[in-house]
Amino acid sequence: MAEVIIQNITKTYEKGTVKALDNVSFTVKSGELFGLIGADGAGKTSLFRILTTLLIPDSGKASVAGFDVIQDFKKIREIVGYMPGKFSLYQDLSIEENLNFFATVFGTTVEENYELIREIYVQIEPFKKRLAGQLSGGMKQKLALCCALIHEPKVLFLDEPTTGVDPVSRKEFWEMLGRLKERGITIMVSTPYMDEAKLCDRIALIQNSKILDIDTLEGILSKNKQNLFAVNSDKMYQLLKDLRAYPNTISCFAFGQKHHLQLNSGENSLKSLLPYLKQKGHTNISIKAISPDIEDTFIKLMQDA
Amino acid sequence: MLSQETVITTHNLTKSFGDFTAVNAITFEVKAGEIFGFLGANGAGKTTAMRILCGLLSPTSGEATVAGFDVYKENESIKKHIGYMSQKFSLFEDLTVRENIEFFGGIYGLSRKELKEKGNDLIQRLGMGKEAEKLVGSLPLGWKQKISFSTAILHQPKIVFLDEPTGGVDPITRRQFWDMIYEATDSGITVFVTTHYMDEAEYCNRVSIMVDGSISALDTPNNLKHQFDTDSMEGVFLKLARQAKRGE
Repeated sequence: MAEVIIQNITKTYEKGTVKALDNVSFTVKSGELFGLIGADGAGKTSLFRILTTLLIPDSGKASVAGFDVIQDFKKIREIVGYMPGKFSLYQDLSIEENLNFFATVFGTTVEENYELIREIYVQIEPFKKRLAGQLSGGMKQKLALCCALIHEPKVLFLDEPTTGVDPVSRKEFWEMLGRLKERGITIMVSTPYMDEAKLCDRIALIQNSKILDIDTLEGILSKNKQNLFAVNSDKMYQLLKDLRAYPNTISCFAFGQKHHLQLNSGENSLKSLLPYLKQKGHTNISIKAISPDIEDTFIKLMQDA
Repeated sequence: MLSQETVITTHNLTKSFGDFTAVNAITFEVKAGEIFGFLGANGAGKTTAMRILCGLLSPTSGEATVAGFDVYKENESIKKHIGYMSQKFSLFEDLTVRENIEFFGGIYGLSRKELKEKGNDLIQRLGMGKEAEKLVGSLPLGWKQKISFSTAILHQPKIVFLDEPTGGVDPITRRQFWDMIYEATDSGITVFVTTHYMDEAEYCNRVSIMVDGSISALDTPNNLKHQFDTDSMEGVFLKLARQAKRGE
């Protein structure tokens, strides 16, 4: 069953001159952990704000748990949890006061749904008298998640919860999301980190207000038929320049320890690469055929768009 | 481009806030022309250390010099000889691209003539001829970050501090940004950079990793991977940061 349905949603700003969402359509299934992956400015936040009834689209339809985002906006507000990208709790209330406030607004109590937030809340409970404005980034994030969960929402919208968060804390955050999913909550999460795609059931790749592709990670990767190689040598920056200048190169980008090189399918494009690099003075050259990962694929889809 | 000249030296550099030691006796050097990666978990003390090195915060004890100037007594000179860019504050949104370049160049003491020449040159190099008179607020984040980096090095500082410069940008822009970093080091600028992208740690000549206020590891990416018996910087980071005892 589809929990979130988005049909041909378009949203513009500045009297139509800035396009935030361009005819976007997809669905999120009930109980799914769905990732919306794209850079800042791609349109992710506009979509979240439309789905949480905080923004009205120019055209198109959308519903959450069967409720229309325009007609039934009050119903939607009762059953969704929303954690905006920008910290939006009351800075001059304490942890405890913020949580009680949100529970009360939704007509429930912290005790009633404590089980749902327990695992996250115990990490910040020792500081419960501290004002939210004085918390570190990671603690604010945990508090915001608790407040978004306290009324036991059917659908949870998390807008870039891991931006600026270090790899260890990011991992822990995703483990928490995995356990919330097990409780049957539908989760829609946005992120600029491509590597988080593997932690989602399905993903939508978004860039410049358009959806590039929607599928499981495996599904998206399997459609990418790039002729791709990982190349490294002793002088990586020079290597990048030389690979880009190689006549059979379609594109070449740095990928950590290696450069990922896309060659044309010409018969000699690979064969003549090693002699070319040797002639350019490279040493300890390694060239390996690889399957594209999510970043390769995102870059390719961006270039094709 | 690596030389023996050091641009940053610290010795037992410490900063406490009350009974909390944010930075605990860190000692390291950064060589001229180096790309130095400054990694650590949220709350490990990176920002505090960086603020001291930029002349914005006085340490509690220990020593440090940046571009040859002392962090206690010559912090105003430090500010003139460094460049700084962060993801959080980069440019004035309600000034145009050209106005931002002129504003920041002017602050760093460039003459009107230099501002005009360097400004035009920069706009051309960035391929932003059409956008030069547009408000920065109307541009995509990736462009802002490129302009921001370019203005941070307009006065050819000895060293530029980059605080998570690529957070949130798309994968192509992120790589174009690193091309700009390499170009800057080719022109002799030393780069001190923090990032949460572990593939970017691989692009650094050396990487330090802070845990609970101390530097737990410092070496080339290859040596670190060897030392921690893992094949990626992510592996190194996870092994070290998991040892952290203090919360954020």
